[in-house]
Amino acid sequence: MAAHLKKRVYEEFSKVVQLPQEEAPAKKLRLTKPSKSAALHIDLCKASNPTDALQYLLHFARSSVEAESVEGVVRILLEHYYKEQDNSVRLKIASLIGLLSKTQNFNPETILDDTLNTFNTEKSHQILAQLLDTLLVIGTQLPESPTVRHRLIEVACKHLSDTYFGVRNKCLQLLGCLCNVDTPLNKDGQGLVPAVIGGGAPGVSGGVCVRDAQSVISDYFADQDPRVRTAAIKAMLQLHERGLKIQQTIYDQACRLLCDDYEQVRSAAVQMVWVLSQIYPESIVPIPSSNEQVRLVDDSFGKISHMVSDGSWVVRVQAAKTLGNMLQVSPHFLEQTLDKKLMSDLRRKRTAHERAKELYASGEFSSGRKWADDAPKEKVDTSAVNLIASGACGAFVHGLEDEMYEVRIAAVDALSALAQSSASFAEKCLDFLVDMFNDEIEEVRLQSIHVLRQISINITLREDQLDTVLAVLEDSSRDIREALHELLCFTNVSTKECIQLALLELLKNLTKYPTDRNSVWKCLKFLGCRHPTLVLPLVPELLSTHPYFHTPEPDMDDPAYIAVLVLVFNAAQSCPTMTALFSDHTFRHYTYLRDSLSHLVPPLRLPGRKQAPGVSGIEGSGSVESAQLFLQQSLSRISTIHNLQDPGAQDLLNFTIRDLQRLGELQTELAGAADFSATYLRCQLLLTKALQEKLWTMAVPLCLKDNAMATAAAKQMLEETYKLEFLYSGLENRQVATIHHVRLQAKALQLVLTARTRRGVEPLISVCEKFLQEVESFQRLFVVELPHLQESFVGKLLDVSPRLSACKPGELVKILQTTLRQSGFLNLQLPKQVQRASATIIEPTGESDNPLRFTSGLVVALDIDATLEHVQDPHNTVKVQVLYPDGQSHVIQPKPGDFRSPGPHRHRLITQVYLSHSAWTEACQIEVRLLLAYSSSRLCKAAWSDSSTESLQPAEGATEGTIPFGKPVKVFIMPKPARR
Amino acid sequence: MPEIKVTPLGAGQDVGRSCILVSIGGKNVMLDCGMHMGFNDDRRFPDFSYITQQGRLTEFLDCVIISHFHLDHCGALPYMSEMVGYDGPIYMTHPTKAICPILLEDFRKITVDKKGETNFFTSQMIKDCMKKVVPLNLHQTVQVDDELEIKAYYAGHVLGAAMVQIKVGSESVVYTGDYNMTPDRHLGAAWIDKCRPDILISESTYATTIRDSKRCRERDFLKKVHETVERGGKVLIPVFALGRAQELCILLETFWERMNMKAPIYFSTGLTEKANHYYKLFITWTNQKIRKTFVQRNMFEFKHIKAFDRSYADNPGPMVVFATPGMLHAGQSLQIFKKWAGNEKNMIIMPGYCVQGTIGHKILNGQKKLEMENRQTLEVKLQVEYMSFSAHADAKGIMQLIRMAEPRNMLLVHGEAKKMEFLKDKIEQEFSINCFMPANGETTTVITNPSVPVDISLNLLKREMALGGPLPDPKKPRTMHGTLIMKDNSLRLVSPEQALKELGLNEHQLRFTCRVQLQDSHSDSDTLIRIYTHLKSLLKGYTIQHLPDGTVMVESIVIKVSSSAEEPNTKVLLLSWSYQDEDLGSFLSTLLKKGLPSGLSSI
Repeated sequence: MAAHLKKRVYEEFSKVVQLPQEEAPAKKLRLTKPSKSAALHIDLCKASNPTDALQYLLHFARSSVEAESVEGVVRILLEHYYKEQDNSVRLKIASLIGLLSKTQNFNPETILDDTLNTFNTEKSHQILAQLLDTLLVIGTQLPESPTVRHRLIEVACKHLSDTYFGVRNKCLQLLGCLCNVDTPLNKDGQGLVPAVIGGGAPGVSGGVCVRDAQSVISDYFADQDPRVRTAAIKAMLQLHERGLKIQQTIYDQACRLLCDDYEQVRSAAVQMVWVLSQIYPESIVPIPSSNEQVRLVDDSFGKISHMVSDGSWVVRVQAAKTLGNMLQVSPHFLEQTLDKKLMSDLRRKRTAHERAKELYASGEFSSGRKWADDAPKEKVDTSAVNLIASGACGAFVHGLEDEMYEVRIAAVDALSALAQSSASFAEKCLDFLVDMFNDEIEEVRLQSIHVLRQISINITLREDQLDTVLAVLEDSSRDIREALHELLCFTNVSTKECIQLALLELLKNLTKYPTDRNSVWKCLKFLGCRHPTLVLPLVPELLSTHPYFHTPEPDMDDPAYIAVLVLVFNAAQSCPTMTALFSDHTFRHYTYLRDSLSHLVPPLRLPGRKQAPGVSGIEGSGSVESAQLFLQQSLSRISTIHNLQDPGAQDLLNFTIRDLQRLGELQTELAGAADFSATYLRCQLLLTKALQEKLWTMAVPLCLKDNAMATAAAKQMLEETYKLEFLYSGLENRQVATIHHVRLQAKALQLVLTARTRRGVEPLISVCEKFLQEVESFQRLFVVELPHLQESFVGKLLDVSPRLSACKPGELVKILQTTLRQSGFLNLQLPKQVQRASATIIEPTGESDNPLRFTSGLVVALDIDATLEHVQDPHNTVKVQVLYPDGQSHVIQPKPGDFRSPGPHRHRLITQVYLSHSAWTEACQIEVRLLLAYSSSRLCKAAWSDSSTESLQPAEGATEGTIPFGKPVKVFIMPKPARR
Repeated sequence: MPEIKVTPLGAGQDVGRSCILVSIGGKNVMLDCGMHMGFNDDRRFPDFSYITQQGRLTEFLDCVIISHFHLDHCGALPYMSEMVGYDGPIYMTHPTKAICPILLEDFRKITVDKKGETNFFTSQMIKDCMKKVVPLNLHQTVQVDDELEIKAYYAGHVLGAAMVQIKVGSESVVYTGDYNMTPDRHLGAAWIDKCRPDILISESTYATTIRDSKRCRERDFLKKVHETVERGGKVLIPVFALGRAQELCILLETFWERMNMKAPIYFSTGLTEKANHYYKLFITWTNQKIRKTFVQRNMFEFKHIKAFDRSYADNPGPMVVFATPGMLHAGQSLQIFKKWAGNEKNMIIMPGYCVQGTIGHKILNGQKKLEMENRQTLEVKLQVEYMSFSAHADAKGIMQLIRMAEPRNMLLVHGEAKKMEFLKDKIEQEFSINCFMPANGETTTVITNPSVPVDISLNLLKREMALGGPLPDPKKPRTMHGTLIMKDNSLRLVSPEQALKELGLNEHQLRFTCRVQLQDSHSDSDTLIRIYTHLKSLLKGYTIQHLPDGTVMVESIVIKVSSSAEEPNTKVLLLSWSYQDEDLGSFLSTLLKKGLPSGLSSI
């Protein structure tokens, strides 16, 4: 053994000695670029004391290193590593090696041996930990190589018995990240085993048994340091994430860790128990101190529920969140989480919820006016009362009453997840969710309203519950009210009294907050749609009709009256008998509203009334299909055009564009697709027109700057392509390729135009080069799509591509010109669902004539409220632009918190923009609009350095810009000069 | 054996007059020093003569700790410190220290000025008493003296309420005072770490109650107030000046804010204004919401709640009035009640318990006609509602606290005996720990098993490490050889050699010798060889040597053979071993006493 060791030591020494020779590749590099490694070497040599060296290294860490020179740099670093006495410098070197091995395109295997060698001499625990961290980086960079992994695991196992917690932590992390998923840790049963079991004492285990990673890691569940225990659990979780099946034996250990003294251990243990419950949900575990057995998922559910009343809120949040992910739990256990047995002086008491329910059942309205109304009734059997909630008892009752709102929100979310999967549970948790509407923190209230909306498909609200829900309508927060309206849209109620109650409260809301008009109407629309039969008996009362007498005609402009009509008309849609109850003016009002508020009032089949041709009642769902068909037909008609130079092609395009635009207006479902196609066709049309200009037939010297039309067309085409690419969601790769193709055409056109107008070859060269680069990148990006593009511009261009790169600019221009003219029309394939991003600014309305006055030089805040539809990732892309009359414009990026998402694909931006300007003599309008920012390529992040000091450069050729979308709004402002 | 003694002077199987004496590790600590609301005679205060018959208490008590400012926890403090005599430190948290004198002064005024009692403590005494107070911060460990240390935990009962851990060496006691495990609108929930005290002294007011969620109560309360105000009625809420009143204020204030309501809310002034001031100051002691938002706006700076003036009661239109006192037995709340009782649109909400005999109690029991002074009768037409807003932990909360702290013993105070009995059974059953519930004056003794820290010399430890074995496991005991030196009030474990050197003693060798008679026909030397082979075959893993001078050495044990001249067959074996090898030596002697097996060859 000793001899072997000695030999290894010599080997290492010889390696270290070899270092200068191996610097050869680094030297070679020095010829091409001034190498980093050389500079570093010199710097480090210059360093007289550790502090200086550290400074150099810190400085060095900020610059990036090319993949080719990494190896050389690492060697130099290691050379200094062995020379260095100071721990901090060695530590920095170790961490630098880790950073360096993250460099892209660098294979860290080359430095693995050298890094491993450092372990033999290192004494400092901190540095060992850092070195292990470096190994972790190397290991994660080389996930495929089994030998590397084997060696790393060996090192990790060797250091598992270190006395310093950090080293053990890193070893466990390494094991978790690298241990083989399918095979046991070591096949031959040597190497790691003695080190692991014996804790450094040789010969205890004899190294015979084969142990797998799990049992090795699980040994450290009982480590004396809580940080190591946490790391062990995390490593186990990591194994699970990598697809290793964790053994069920771990379950007991994990459960024991739930009562650990340290919160981070408990928190990790909760995760561990959850993971196991997902792997073995159906296996049976015994209940201690009894003969009974339960399913494992139920057992773990009980245990995690218990953690909801833990002492540390971090653990409580974790536990509450986890509960929401345990959908396989039996309903019996699930319902226990809402269980609470009340007791007063040892007598059973009913909960307020139960009382409310009983009162409702007995038909009596809540009296609650006596003291001792809730007086306890029957005696409780003292031995049967279980004060410590065993298992899942009342977990959510606790969680929803928790001190920290983080826990409450987590509990609400968990309730939502569980309720969505179980209707009976949804019914039960209703009371609790409704209670949460009264929480002190708005976020929690809002969240619980949202959750109730999500589960409301499963439930029907009782009258008393609805009452509580509706009480929130008076909330002063607009978010809460709107969320509640949204909720009411989806609510099922049981009786006509409920409808009446809801209507009453909504009208009250309308008078108190008139700005809620739209939201309230929309809410009533859905309420009417959902409950036609409940609305029917209320109609005479609602419309205040009388069998004998004529009642006065209500005011048509009264928002409350409109609200009632919206409810009634929507109910009448599926209840044909209702129209008989209408009085004459109701019909008149119907036709008026049907026109003015067509999105709220559905088409009705009215007896004896002539129907407007456009709004025949039978339109229904068939119309969408027919519109779809029409869209397809128009597109296929277009596809008959082979060459845009054909006679009549332009007319066809013109007509089709017109058709599509009209279709988009009529059929909102297809607006996105229609607009998309129309825009695309317009691009083609522009191209055709540009190519038919006279200037092409003119001789080059003759055509001066007379080609304004063509230039404008090229420019517009470019703009349109960006709109096509970024304004529409739901595009597939195919469409993106098509769009890029149009862009290439536009660019080619631009190139040809420049060539014709400008004299001299010099400026052309760079433009041509750029264009060729773009063609190349197009080819790279859309390899898959190329077969579809055979006949098109690019297809033809690529056919002659070998010639392209070699030829002179003049030639290139000629080729481009002919290909542009000859290339066929590229057919547009519509994806299934195209949606156009849109934005509407609700506030400011732009109608106010009162200017916003403020002192010049100071700022004024302008409230902006806008809805965005079908915008992906609005937090990053949506910006507000303010345009002053003098042409100045500001772009403001709203805070991420200003965006709310009230529904799928919908966002709401409520923000403030700050305006300021120097003094004006009179009030003037500024324009506020929303912009959609885009950038054409994903950012390539430099992998080797995470430090934010480096500015992230977008990759070459990326274009960034903004597309205005939505209508701009004008606001009067009036900056006044400051008074002295 | 070391023990901890706990003697309640008040609050033992009773509510009120909390005062508990604890003797721990030779230190005496008084926990709380309250008065009893139910008595007006000597029983009002704890019986301090239990501590000493005459003279001052200073020499008998190491410190006094007050958990919170309620009078049943601090009402007897000036009496004890100034009239009985105590000059040592009194510990309380900052808010308690600020609010306590206000309440004591109020209490003094009522007893002396209104009831005309004499021989009561004076304002000056309250001031003097407060000068002895040392303030505590949450989770701050305060050294009372070299050995005794105390630490406060959040209790959530009222502003500044604390639980205290008293620790001497490794022995510790936790006293909860009054606490609340469910957070409310202005305070958070009680919290304690896993400190594993020897005794947990807990209140048990609601030992037999499990309460409904506070959300239902709050919602009911708000709904009732809201409905009445919408109807145009007036709402009267009788409250005590501190504690619940603030919670209800916050509740209504935020509700008004949320619902954009306009009806005025009034608070009858008095000590409340002063107290509210302190609530504004001690933001760190409130709950998460108030703590997080106070930068924008301090929740105790009420926007909707204004000071009440007597004349406002006759104003038309809806209003909400908080008025003292809470049981409607006198003062402003009663005056307003008389004015409003006749209108059925109005409402009165009783937020707490009412003592028998008070008007509050009568109307809660549904009495519709009240006899007032001057033989007038008052017809009660307004609605009467009862809302329980109490801030004590219920049975589940108490169990939860036990689970958090993991005590070795439980002791219940501040509750009724019958109810405690139930809880005691439950605790013993569920946690299998002892639970006590001493009456006033009854002493509970708990024997503790304190760990005694000993310094071990590094050399000794390293030597043990070098002997091998796995890394030390902190959870398993391990034996080792060493010498315990008790000197200068410190304990040290050192190696024997070092101990000898330090103490200047010579080492004495202690050897045991033993003779074993053996029947053996062989010659002496043969017998020795036979013994050698016998032992060799038995004791594997030991070094056994046959020395040329006619002895066998097993480790350090010497075996010699001699035979007497008269009986050559009777061999006498001489065994000699040092005391370190006692185990092996005695084993060998018993082994050899059995004789040698016959089949043993001599070679």
